[in-house]
This record gives sequence, C-alpha cells and structure tokens, in this order.
Amino acid sequence: MAAAANAMNPTVGPTTLHMHGLLFVPHCMHIGNPATILFALTSTSILIVVDSWVIRVVLWECCCVYVHGELLENEDTCLKPSECRDMDFPGGKISFTTTKSFLPGSSEERVPCYRVLDEEGYSSSNILEHVISKEVALKIYSGMVTLQTMDKFFYEAQRQGRLSFYLTSFGEEAINLASAAALSIDDVILAQYREPGMLLWRGFTLQDFANQCFGNNAGHGKGRQMPIHYGSKNLNFITISSPLATQLPQAVGVAYSLKMDKKDSCVVAYLGDGSSSEGDFHAALNFAAVLDAPVVFICRNNGWAISTPVTDQFRSDGIVVKGQAYGISSIRVDGNDALAMYDVVRSAREIAINEQRPILIEAMTYRVSHHSTSDDSTKYRSTDEIEYWKTIHSPITRFRKWVERKGWWSDKEESELHLDVKKQVKHAMDEAEKQEKPPLRDMFTDVYEDLPSNLVEQETSLRETIQRHPQDFPKDIPL
Amino acid sequence: MRLRPVVSSMRHYSSGTKEMTVRDALNSALDEEMAADPNVFVMGEEVGEYQGAYKITKGLLDKYGPERVVDTPITEAGFAGIGVGSAYHGLKPVIEFMTFNFSMQAIDHIINSAAKSNYMSAGQINVPIVFRGPNGPAAGVGAQHSQCYGAWYGSVPGLKVLVPYSSEDARGLLKAAIRDPDPVVFLENELLYGESFPISDEALDSSFCLPIGKAKIEREGKDITITAFSKMVGYALKAAEILEKDGISAEIINLRSIRPLDRATINASVRKTNRLVTVEEGFPQHGIGAEICASVVEDSFGYLDAPVERIAGADVPTPYAANLERMAFPQIEDIVRAAKRVCYRSVPLAATA
Repeated sequence: MAAAANAMNPTVGPTTLHMHGLLFVPHCMHIGNPATILFALTSTSILIVVDSWVIRVVLWECCCVYVHGELLENEDTCLKPSECRDMDFPGGKISFTTTKSFLPGSSEERVPCYRVLDEEGYSSSNILEHVISKEVALKIYSGMVTLQTMDKFFYEAQRQGRLSFYLTSFGEEAINLASAAALSIDDVILAQYREPGMLLWRGFTLQDFANQCFGNNAGHGKGRQMPIHYGSKNLNFITISSPLATQLPQAVGVAYSLKMDKKDSCVVAYLGDGSSSEGDFHAALNFAAVLDAPVVFICRNNGWAISTPVTDQFRSDGIVVKGQAYGISSIRVDGNDALAMYDVVRSAREIAINEQRPILIEAMTYRVSHHSTSDDSTKYRSTDEIEYWKTIHSPITRFRKWVERKGWWSDKEESELHLDVKKQVKHAMDEAEKQEKPPLRDMFTDVYEDLPSNLVEQETSLRETIQRHPQDFPKDIPL
Repeated sequence: MRLRPVVSSMRHYSSGTKEMTVRDALNSALDEEMAADPNVFVMGEEVGEYQGAYKITKGLLDKYGPERVVDTPITEAGFAGIGVGSAYHGLKPVIEFMTFNFSMQAIDHIINSAAKSNYMSAGQINVPIVFRGPNGPAAGVGAQHSQCYGAWYGSVPGLKVLVPYSSEDARGLLKAAIRDPDPVVFLENELLYGESFPISDEALDSSFCLPIGKAKIEREGKDITITAFSKMVGYALKAAEILEKDGISAEIINLRSIRPLDRATINASVRKTNRLVTVEEGFPQHGIGAEICASVVEDSFGYLDAPVERIAGADVPTPYAANLERMAFPQIEDIVRAAKRVCYRSVPLAATA
C-alpha cells in the first residue's frame, strides 16, 4: 500500500528530470526523493523506479507530471499542458521552444535589391513602362542633366573662389529626380543635403539656387546660411539643417501634424548611410512606428560618409534590415535605376498615406562626388573606383538609353539640352554674383518674430558708427 | 453656538485672497490654452496615463485624449525633435522634460533647430514651441538632477527663457509662452510645485497673460537691490524681512524672464539704491549674476556705491548628502550676509556657516 501511495505522489523532482535532458518549466514543483530513471521511452514519457515499483510517467513538454494518465496534485499555478506552449508576456504572446539558438547578426544572404532597368537600359517590367508617361520621363531625364550641370559649374565656381562652399550630387541624380517625380507637391520634404534635385523638380529655378549659394539679396535665405542650405516654404521643402539626422525625428513631427489634420499627403525624409548611426535615426524610426506616422524614410546608401566606408559605419546588412527592428516595412532598391526609384517611392507613399504607417527605403548607389568642396576623396579611395562608378553605372546614361530606345530622345535633343542648360547655369551664376548683398537690417531680423529691444538698440548704435566712419564700412552691403 | 459655513473655510473677497499651488497654476494654464487652441498639444514622458511625473498634466489626457497628450518612448532627442518638426508645420507643442537635466540629451534640437530656424530660414519657418519642466536643484537628488540651465539657455539668441516664481507667474508666463510664436524654454522648480500663493481674480481669468521680458518688483526698498528668480525669490523675500530689522531696506526683483533680461528695471532699481546683490542657484561662472553685473556696470556704473556681489551655487557638482547639499546652495543667511557686506555693515567675506 505504501508503494501504491508512493506511486500517486511522485518522487521525481524537476532537477532530476532536467538532468536527464527533459525540459522542465517549473510551474509545478514537485518535491520528493530523487527517483531512478530507467530510461527515456520518448521525450514525453519515462520509466521511473519507486521503491521497486516501475512507473511509467508521461511528461509534457513543459511541466505537468502525469502518472498512469492522471494529472498529479500540483501547485495552483500549474496550467494544463495544452496551455503551456506559449505565454502572454506584456507586449504579446510568445511561444516557447526547447531549442536554444541565437538569432544570427545577419542572414546568410543579403537582402536583394529591386531593380527594373539594367545597365543597358532594358526594362524588366512592361507594366512599369506604361506607368511613366513620356512627359514625366523626359522631365526626370532633363532634371538629372540639369542637376549634374549645375553641380559641375557651381563646384568650379567654388574652386575659383567665387563661392565659399559647395556640395555635389554626382552619381545620385536618379535618386533625386525619380523620387521627386513620384511625390505630390503636398508631400513635405526634409532632406539631408544631397537632394537638391527635389527642389529642382518642384520648380526651384537655377537662379534661386545661385542666389542662395552666393548669399545675395535676391536669395530667399537673406544671406543667413552657407551654400546648399536651401529651403522653400512654398515648395514644401524644409530648410536644410547641418547637424546630421536631426531632420528625422522632425519629419515624424511634421507627419504627426499632417496626421492630426488628416491630410492626404506624407512626409519624405532623406538621410545618408552615415546618418543612420546617429541617435536621432533610432529615435525617429522607433517613434514613427509607435505613432503610426505617415513618413517615408529614404536612405541614400552611397558607400561613404566623408572618408568612412560603410564597413566602418555599421556591421548590419546596410540600412534596410534596421527597419524590421522597429516594426517598419522596408525595401532595398537600386538607387541608380530611375524607374525602380520611381516605382518604389510611389508605392511607399501610397502605403504611408493609406495605411498611416512609416516605410524605410534603402537606395543603393555610389557617391561619385567628393563629400564636398572641403574634401578630396582621392586621399582615401582609388581614382579607379570613382571612375568605374562614374562611367559604368552612371544613372543618367542608363536612363538615357531607355528613353532613347523608347523613341523619346535623340542625340540632337541631347546636345541641345546640354548647351541650353549650360547657358542657363552660367547666366544664373553671373546674375547672382552681380546682385547686391543683403542689407544691414537682415542681420537683426528673424531672430525672433518681432525685433527685440536690445537688437533695435544695437542696430541704431551700429548705424551711428557707420555714419561716423563710412570709409571703414564695406561698400557692397546696402544700408 | 458658533455657525460655521458649510463650504470650505476660505473666504473670497473681490480683490481675491484665493490661493493656488504652482502645480495647479501650471495645470490650469495648460488646460485653458489647450481648450482655446486645438493646435496646442502636450508631449513627454509620463505626461498622459501617469498624469505627469510631477502631476502637472493631471487630468489632461482624460479631457483631451491621446492625440493631444502624447506619452512618448524614452528618448528626449526623439520627442524634442518631433516637437520641433510639428512646430515647423503649424502645431504648438508643449514639450515636457522630466527635468531640464535630461534636456541635455535633446539640446541640439533646442538650440540648432528650434532657436535658430527662424533666422536661418529667413523667416520662413518659425517654431512656436515651449520646452518646460523642473530646473535646478530639488532635495537630495544628486549632481545629475540638480543643475540650473538658466545660463546655458539664456545665452542663445532665438530662445526666450522664462523663470516663474509664484502661481501668478506660472499661469501668466506659461500662457504667454504657449501663445508666443518663438521657442520658449520654461524653467520651473520642483520644490515650488506644492507651494501655495495668493492669486487674484484677474490672474484666474483664462485670458490672463504676463508680458515676456518684464521683471516684477516683489518688494520695494531703498538701500539695496536684490535680484533673484524662481525659488530664490522666496529666499530673498525672507532675507529682506531679516534685513528690515537691521535697518536695511531691500528691493527684491523677481526676474521672471532671463531672456530677454529686463535690464531697464534692474538698472532703474540700482540707480535708486546704488547697491546690488544677485542671487541664483546655478554655478557661478558665466551665470545669470555675471550677466546682470555686466549690464549694470555698463549702464549704471556711476551709480554704484559698492561692488556688485553675486551669490550662486557652489562650484561643485551637487553633493547628495543633505548637509553638503545645504552648503552647496544659497541659503537665506547667505543673502543677508552679502547684503550687509554690500552695505559695508559687516566684516568682509567670511566662510559660509
């Protein structure tokens, strides 16, 4: 009888079972004398010896011990086996596993890159071909050429000492113009600094660009910022800000405002591969997901952050994989393929607006430019590498082949375009240089909405000084 | 048999001897501004469900909903940046920092984005944002929770920096800050939240607003000017009572605004009294007192009968132990002693205590 009583009260403890390789989640703790386990019949049943009685014990994966098919007495907290497969942790249900394995830092294969046009300008998608009209395609193409030409001349102007600073977008023209074409004018853009093509698409003129860079009176900037820090309220393009990645959480804020107004538009925020290391990137993506903000983050992965190659920037598979960490749908696209860029940005925008959630796009490309006029990238990378990307993978050449093959473009139009744009750029620069500098007043205004009394005093005092010593005051600043 | 009113024992005169805590003052100001303008919204850690880390935003979530009272993940840089971005696009965010010590994690957004945007965008983008929260020391919270940021933010053109003391200050200045089109840093004080002040009917009205950039003369005097802000105003007023017994009549100026600094009021007062003591809890070097001293020397040098004295917190990270903490911040006795020194009534600079 004692044996029978023993059989009902198990003498197998969790430690013993675990020692024998059986997973034991201690919902139910059975305390007793260790038994001798004869052998494991299967992973779910074992034979144990108790006082010379052999008992078959059926074990469930998690915890509860059955003897002879009957659930033994155990603590109140024990759940029935069918309920012990997963757990409602704060944040959601998670299933348990008996396999210990670490998620790898990166998957065996890198995330593939979506592309439509190959290097010879052949399109893999008939559907897409019919989505872009001739008008839009040519506007994209001539925009790319205009951007490239403007960059060439403004860069030279800096080298000649006519501009203090400039930053080009060579090699990234497709990202600029194709993504701009996929958006509507109501979508608000928060760019980093290598996206002037967005403004070009929306109607910012070459003269506008030149005026800002030359810091003259006609510029919208009132000479307040260094070159390439464009901005336009009318064109929904927030003024460029130098500290990297600060535009990202701000983009989420703008999107929140659009969301509260229930607008049918989204926010598009650009960043480079280097900026993805900033804390603001993390905060922005996390927040965008939590707030269900309609933002499209577009990362131009061009391989370099000044002299830091991407291999020194992060260890992940680029930026596309980071989206999942925040619960954001992401895609990797060939940034040098204008059609693919157009397609992806268009889709992303639709999702962001209709489903009110953020999207992450990683556009793979190459920074043919030096970082800026303050950089000579041949110091840290080979000229061969630059030349290779500049020629073989030029986004402009690739797109031109496609539009030519469609019968929309010819050599004649090509040379006409180049001549025309060159002339316009030169003219814009000459005009900008001739313009007056901003007047003295502009030094004091816009610090606050209204001019504060201390600045009024300072301006008055300054003007009095100028009156007394006119010969010491620069002639090209209008009073 | 004595009849007692059934209602609370507070008596209400038309001139108003109602009392209100600073906490309630801030809460009511936020409530009224949110009711008046649908673009105003509150964002920060614990502002919603928790009713605010210091209960300043109590009741607002229930009244206005989660769209306008946003609980955020723990990222100051994140929510400050989001606030700035939303302000770029027309909303009026009130961003709460659990303490301004944590604002350092967001300081780039405050200074490089909020403060400078209107200027750098040539007037295209203004940023009507308010950053608010407790500033300066509390009690026994150690070095990383006790710094005063008045001098840091006060030096930045493009920002307005306000420092309320009483409940009337809290209501009037917060309302002014929310309505202001420029970015405002609103420095409160944790220990003042629970303090009660008399408040007039005028101040209780929902249209009440105090002008930004005007200091208040809390107590008139003729022998010495003492400037202070936030909690130190209370200390200065108590010091004034002690000094009165010694025949020194102190004029106490509640700055209310660090940027713009009300130099006119300060200088007018010094020209009347000829002596100045500045009081602040922040670190001495490059502090508020240094700026006030420079201003007075520039504008009213000839009127000074004695050098200006600055009283500030000790030049050490704030210690935790209560006895050390007490020695690290100005106490009423320090103000009294400094006032006497400036009046040549005591031996020069003795050590504290």
